[in-house]
Amino acid sequence: MVNIIWLFLLLSGIVVAAFNGKIEVVTSAALEAAQNSVAISIELIGLMALWLGLLKMAEEAGMVRMLARLLRPAMSYLFPGIPKGHPAMGAIIMNLSANILGLGNAATPLGLKAMQELQKLNPHPEEATSDMCTFLGLNTACITLIPATIIGIRAAADSADPTGVVGPTIFATTCSTLVAILADRYFRKIYRG
Amino acid sequence: MWLITIISQWAIPSLLFFIPLLAFLRGIKVYETFVSGASEGFSTAIKIIPFLVGMLVAVSVFRASGAMELLVKLFDPLMGMIRAPVEILPLAIMRPLSGGGALGIAAELIGTHGPDSFIGMLASTMQGSTDTTFYVLTVYFGSVGIHRYRYALALGLMADISGLLASIFIVNLLFS
Repeated sequence: MVNIIWLFLLLSGIVVAAFNGKIEVVTSAALEAAQNSVAISIELIGLMALWLGLLKMAEEAGMVRMLARLLRPAMSYLFPGIPKGHPAMGAIIMNLSANILGLGNAATPLGLKAMQELQKLNPHPEEATSDMCTFLGLNTACITLIPATIIGIRAAADSADPTGVVGPTIFATTCSTLVAILADRYFRKIYRG
Repeated sequence: MWLITIISQWAIPSLLFFIPLLAFLRGIKVYETFVSGASEGFSTAIKIIPFLVGMLVAVSVFRASGAMELLVKLFDPLMGMIRAPVEILPLAIMRPLSGGGALGIAAELIGTHGPDSFIGMLASTMQGSTDTTFYVLTVYFGSVGIHRYRYALALGLMADISGLLASIFIVNLLFS
């Protein structure tokens, strides 16, 4: 799918340029864009370093664990198929906490661990359980506190207010998380059994 | 709505205040820990270059040729109904498919229209607001050998679409 979209953008652009009689813009646009991408990434290094340094401290200070403690009460309601004290719950909570804090690198291994634990509770190993669907729905909708990369790109483009997107992003991800929770409740009724 | 602006202004200063303080109180060597985390900044920024090159080239050619104008003419009435500019359409389609690809498109929109323009704000919010659902499902289900996803894809896409619509709503409210 990504391949098709990429190919479409590139090829249709060249065809339209030829049709409009300005094929020379293709070369200049392509070369300029390629150089520009490196410039953006170089400008991003400083902000990524600052952010990853901060996250490392948060991780070592046990902030994932602290957030996990806050989330725990809601979780038995969202995942009725997981028995009390089962390791799946711990892994899910830690994964979601890491996602909220923006710790992408820490989140993935925790998420894969959660899937392994959920799979142990699965009577049909080829088919997803409802709890797995809930987990992945929450994982992809997840509330984001700080969209660090996009803040960096905005700063690199000389924004007057690079962090102006923090509030709107928290708002939008809260909406999508609520929709995911409500839709999950509905799907669980339809797909029962 | 002032609350959302306040959150934006205070987010970074409060994280810069509380994370080091908390880490210090937990007995962590704050400066050394910061530096060891920060050393990954270089490789993280460098890793996105191939994605940016691929997408920036494709979208730039698409825009410079006049193909974007055709797309705008074609979809303007439809996108007008949800109060979103057509330029955002490639980003909305790419977002659930590829994180790096979407970042490339967002960077192109921010560079062309300006980071603080309406399109720039919308692209920034949309990029931060949803995840690459297809990728996450493939990796997570693949890791335990599950082939039948049941309602997971429908749920993920509903969350993506509501995230995109919520972005359009809030950016219209705050910045138009």
